[in-house]
Amino acid sequence: MTDTPLSAQGPTAPSFLHRLRDWWSGETANPVKRVQFGHGLTPWLFVLPQLAVVVIFFYWPSAQAVTSSFYIEDPFGFGSTFVGMENYADALGSKEYLSTAWFTAFFCVVVTALALGIGLLLAVKADKVIRGAESYKTLLISVYAIAPPVAGLIGMMFFDMHMGPFTRLFAFFGHELRVGVDYWDTTIALITISVWKQIPYNFIFFLSGLQSVPVSVREAALIDARSGWRRFKDVTLPLLAPTAFFLLIINITYTMFDTFPIIDVIVKDKPANNPMTLVYKVYLDGFKGNDIGGSSAQSVILMVVVAALTVLQFRFLERRVHYG
Amino acid sequence: MAELTLNAVGKTYSGGVKAVSGVDIQISDGEFIVLVGPSGCGKSTLLRMVAGLETVTDGEIHIGSRLVNQLDPAERDIAMVFQNYALYPHMTVRDNMAYGLKNRRTPKAEIETRVAEAARMLELGQYLDRKPRALSGGQRQRVAMGRAIVRQPAAFLFDEPLSNLDAKLRVSMRMEIRKLQQRLGTTSLYVTHDQLEAMTLADRLVVLNGGRVEQIGAPLEVYRKPASTFVAAFIGSPAMSLLDATVEGGRLMLEGHVLAEVDHKAGPVTLGLRAEDLRLVARGGVPMRVEYIEELGAHRVVHGMVGDQSLAVVDQGAEAPGDLIHIAADPARLHLFDAATGQRIDVRSRVGEFAR
Repeated sequence: MTDTPLSAQGPTAPSFLHRLRDWWSGETANPVKRVQFGHGLTPWLFVLPQLAVVVIFFYWPSAQAVTSSFYIEDPFGFGSTFVGMENYADALGSKEYLSTAWFTAFFCVVVTALALGIGLLLAVKADKVIRGAESYKTLLISVYAIAPPVAGLIGMMFFDMHMGPFTRLFAFFGHELRVGVDYWDTTIALITISVWKQIPYNFIFFLSGLQSVPVSVREAALIDARSGWRRFKDVTLPLLAPTAFFLLIINITYTMFDTFPIIDVIVKDKPANNPMTLVYKVYLDGFKGNDIGGSSAQSVILMVVVAALTVLQFRFLERRVHYG
Repeated sequence: MAELTLNAVGKTYSGGVKAVSGVDIQISDGEFIVLVGPSGCGKSTLLRMVAGLETVTDGEIHIGSRLVNQLDPAERDIAMVFQNYALYPHMTVRDNMAYGLKNRRTPKAEIETRVAEAARMLELGQYLDRKPRALSGGQRQRVAMGRAIVRQPAAFLFDEPLSNLDAKLRVSMRMEIRKLQQRLGTTSLYVTHDQLEAMTLADRLVVLNGGRVEQIGAPLEVYRKPASTFVAAFIGSPAMSLLDATVEGGRLMLEGHVLAEVDHKAGPVTLGLRAEDLRLVARGGVPMRVEYIEELGAHRVVHGMVGDQSLAVVDQGAEAPGDLIHIAADPARLHLFDAATGQRIDVRSRVGEFAR
């Protein structure tokens, strides 16, 4: 293939071309690894299907979003005008956008903290159950099988203004719960349903993480420390750190993006001034408001924020994680 | 440092399975006791009951003057060395050793002195800031020892601590453990299934079988006077040969040949013969057909058949499989066991060797 023209330049070619050619034919690769493929191109062929999926469903739409974020589009899709950074300026300057951003941050922190905390607590307790442990675990995990929109629907029934048991519970304590009307009441409902939906996932991972802590290490701790809390804090928790770190990233992603169906079920067609996350606002402005440019700009901002968050986590948190 | 008393100790699991029953052991201060037995004999369960990792369902365990049955493992003033070391993988060697002391509110300076001392004793000084995964098996083993030493406990409990090491390292660590224990003078309870390890380490052996004590005694005592066929077959290598024999009119008969004169009532008995107590004779004795030979360098172990029973003899000769040899034994070195119960029969064999 391209070997021929490049090798023809041979000795006179600059070293860069040499290296390029070597790279292409896999010459500089580790000899041990190189034996697996005769040609540098073969491995690429093997990863091509996967790459295609990533490119078509991730990079291409992302590139589209970035492009359209610089344009204002005609609502009927007949034409678009280049406006530079105006969409970004609009979004970041809008009070509504900023309040949604704050809510998203708040929602993210609360849901992640509660889902991780309760998941861990249940896992620690379930780990100690001896009799009927299997059915107990199955019951806790089964919630994970519920699709988010269904979870939202179930949640909506629970929080229904007329017949919801939670509404009655709050009424019992003297608070009239008005989900879908009152900003903070809706927030409570959203948080409750989102946390409930995510607990089983965290539970499964924490439980398997706990069970991979060697029994003898726990027994050694039993001899070294009398207080159960100390043993948990000093021995079990550090050994769970890799699991916890993984779950932290997954949970943040969950609250940012995957709570969408829950928010949609609770907030849709309700009177205004309901809380929502940035992702839901992207959808609302783009598909309900037909502001493709503005919504693209928002989604690009969101992309940057999440990427930055992940990089930060890996840089500063992962250092403290001990991988067994 | 303290005495350790086990009084009719037993363990019955919730399903009704008896793992350990009626174990009485008095361990004096500074003694090195080895619990030995085949797997499933309850030796580990017994050790874990002393440690507090298993509940005690029957009897009492005293450490020093304290009844510890209901105490948490951390309150029993014991330190344990586990089979797979059970080091905390996320802590450095130093923290691994210091952790138990920190939780007992030991002053910082004191912790440092003790860790430094243990590190010096175990030659771990240069590894103090490493994590366990950066250490070799032998070094991890030493860290586990160090974690026990720094605590200066009333007793050390060892749960097969050498079985994860290779053969060569095992022998040298065995020696180190023994020297260390003698130097520190800490009462020790050591579990192993390796009879050689048990013989070389113990002040006294406790041979367990099916959750019961078969015999307690000094290694040589157990070796020379096994209390039952079980102990006889378990302790010693090669294992003692156990053969069916009969006593007829004061004479011990093996496959129709007179072996010795004994003072015992007539009837069947189980005869125990150690390979090194037997010797070859030119004439007379009991004929044995050689089957195969284990060449061990210093000597050879000749395995063969007497009638249809197998027997092993230690020898320096040059016989080959298929040869017929004649063996004789010192009557004082014969072991007789009850054919039904397997218990030792103490008879004074009349002096005067047969086979002349």
